[in-house]
Amino acid sequence: MAIRRILIANRGEIALRVIRTCKALAIETVLAASEADLDSLPARLADRTLCIGPARPADSYLRVDTIVQAALGVKADAIHPGYGFLSERPVLARLCEQEGVIFIGPTAAQIEAVGDKLRARAEAETAGVPTAPGGAVETVREAMVLGREIGTPLLIKAVGGGGGRGMKRVDRLEDIPSAMELAGSEAGSAFGDARVYLERFVERGRHVEVQILGDGNGRVVHLGERDCSVQRRYQKLIEETPAPRLSADLRARIHAAAVLFSERLSYRSAGTVEFLVDLERGAFYFLEMNARIQVEHPVTEAVTGIDLLAEQIAIAGGRGLRFKQNDIKREGCAIECRINAEDPARDFHPSPGTVRTAVWPSGEGVRVDTHIASGSRVPPYYDSLMAKIIVHAADRPTALERMRRALAATRIEGVATNLAFHLDVLADPEFNAGGVDTSYLPRFLERQRVAQEVRAHG
Amino acid sequence: MTLTAKDVAEIMRLLEHSSFDSLSLEINGVKLNLQRGSAAPTSQPAAPAPPAESQPQPARFVPPKVKPPSEPGLTEVASPLLGIFYRAPKPGEPPFVEVGSKVVEDTVIGIIEVMKLMNSVRAGVRGEVVEILAENGALVEYDEILLRLRPGV
Repeated sequence: MAIRRILIANRGEIALRVIRTCKALAIETVLAASEADLDSLPARLADRTLCIGPARPADSYLRVDTIVQAALGVKADAIHPGYGFLSERPVLARLCEQEGVIFIGPTAAQIEAVGDKLRARAEAETAGVPTAPGGAVETVREAMVLGREIGTPLLIKAVGGGGGRGMKRVDRLEDIPSAMELAGSEAGSAFGDARVYLERFVERGRHVEVQILGDGNGRVVHLGERDCSVQRRYQKLIEETPAPRLSADLRARIHAAAVLFSERLSYRSAGTVEFLVDLERGAFYFLEMNARIQVEHPVTEAVTGIDLLAEQIAIAGGRGLRFKQNDIKREGCAIECRINAEDPARDFHPSPGTVRTAVWPSGEGVRVDTHIASGSRVPPYYDSLMAKIIVHAADRPTALERMRRALAATRIEGVATNLAFHLDVLADPEFNAGGVDTSYLPRFLERQRVAQEVRAHG
Repeated sequence: MTLTAKDVAEIMRLLEHSSFDSLSLEINGVKLNLQRGSAAPTSQPAAPAPPAESQPQPARFVPPKVKPPSEPGLTEVASPLLGIFYRAPKPGEPPFVEVGSKVVEDTVIGIIEVMKLMNSVRAGVRGEVVEILAENGALVEYDEILLRLRPGV
């Protein structure tokens, strides 16, 4: 079925990103916006904007019935959920299926399969995809037995968690009983699912994920990997492709594993399979699958020249995969910096407010995905992502230099941002060498803090 | 072109008969700000626009194409949620209210359907229905004005 009108159930830069592709495809857009976003850039650029409720996400962006009613009310053919909010809630995908509205994403069953982290782990094992040593535990006794087997440090993870949420690190076996009790009760209240499982904690690991596209009938292609190891509290800050200093063999095996896993699910739409690369053992493990378009998708678009949103829409409209694996060529290196309204000097505390001035960089190999212009508001109710600056160049050093210049040309006044912090990281020799692990950013912050203290006290 | 006293008088007359409360006009460096019910118009050389900073967020959203009220002092009944608006309890039945209906706070003035769930909308104030803006069976947005009442009758 041809998609002519799409309801966008999201806000911010991703709403604008969907609008941009829709305009190129001559598809009408209807933005479902909260009261706080009615004067936002996406609201002004969509063909139509509907006010779906008050600012609080629970009263607007998270209301499944309202979103589907809005889509039916404006006769939208499809709903694009963006990322976050309802994008990975099976209940929205299911209601769309029932009401005959196309959900631009995977099936409800697929979202459920990867949302249950234990089930996703089992699927990975069945598909022959490596997982970190570990498994389900129901009792403390089982946890002790398994804990002894995999050794410490280990993680107690919530089955309903993911993205760094619902995890407890255990360094000594004798701490398992108390940690497990705490993890179980926390998971119960946070995710409505008290089940937990154990996994080996990888001390030095890199976060490498693979972008895939599936047609829903078992055909899957990958579009290469992204290295998202520069994280703070599981929040990605800088992403790049290709993953630097990864052996060709390991890279190929990671790509193949992502395809195997997605084929096993007959995955439909764009998705990302996340892996942890264990630097000490030279191994990699399946982490989880994100059943949505991701924040960092533009770096993949930059090196492949493929518009992932357009492919999502094509697949949703029944046109399947429009290329084979061999047609996908990846050229050069792309890096993304997430510009957030948060204050590094105050422990990255969110800093909402009105943006007095916003000047974004431009030029060859520079792309900015943002909904922020001079005068825009950063409301306090939502995440603090203001913009993504993406650069593309023939090689990594050139891309890094391009990013430094792009960041230096950026000017934001009115709210605190992490812009200067990005420049600090980009000046750091360790980051420039490439291939840092996930503990890099906390270590970098600690080094910065110590250096500042030394300066302050002579 | 300059503004003569006659021009200003004419503009004031136009504003008086329009549905707007204020008017800002800028011609060749002369800025004219008119406001309904205020004192004399002010005329001054145009200054550069102040930087657009910290504009207060409008308290509530008014859809751009909303019909202006037919008389001053009316109270608006806005939709508490997005959905399909129905004026009557069932198709074919008489509407909950018509223009001229007297309502009290608890009077149901319509129904909003959200995925087959029917939500009653109440007047919220005591008064008389003067205008009904929302159409039966149409999609209404959150906070969209459904009708206007003359309060306190």
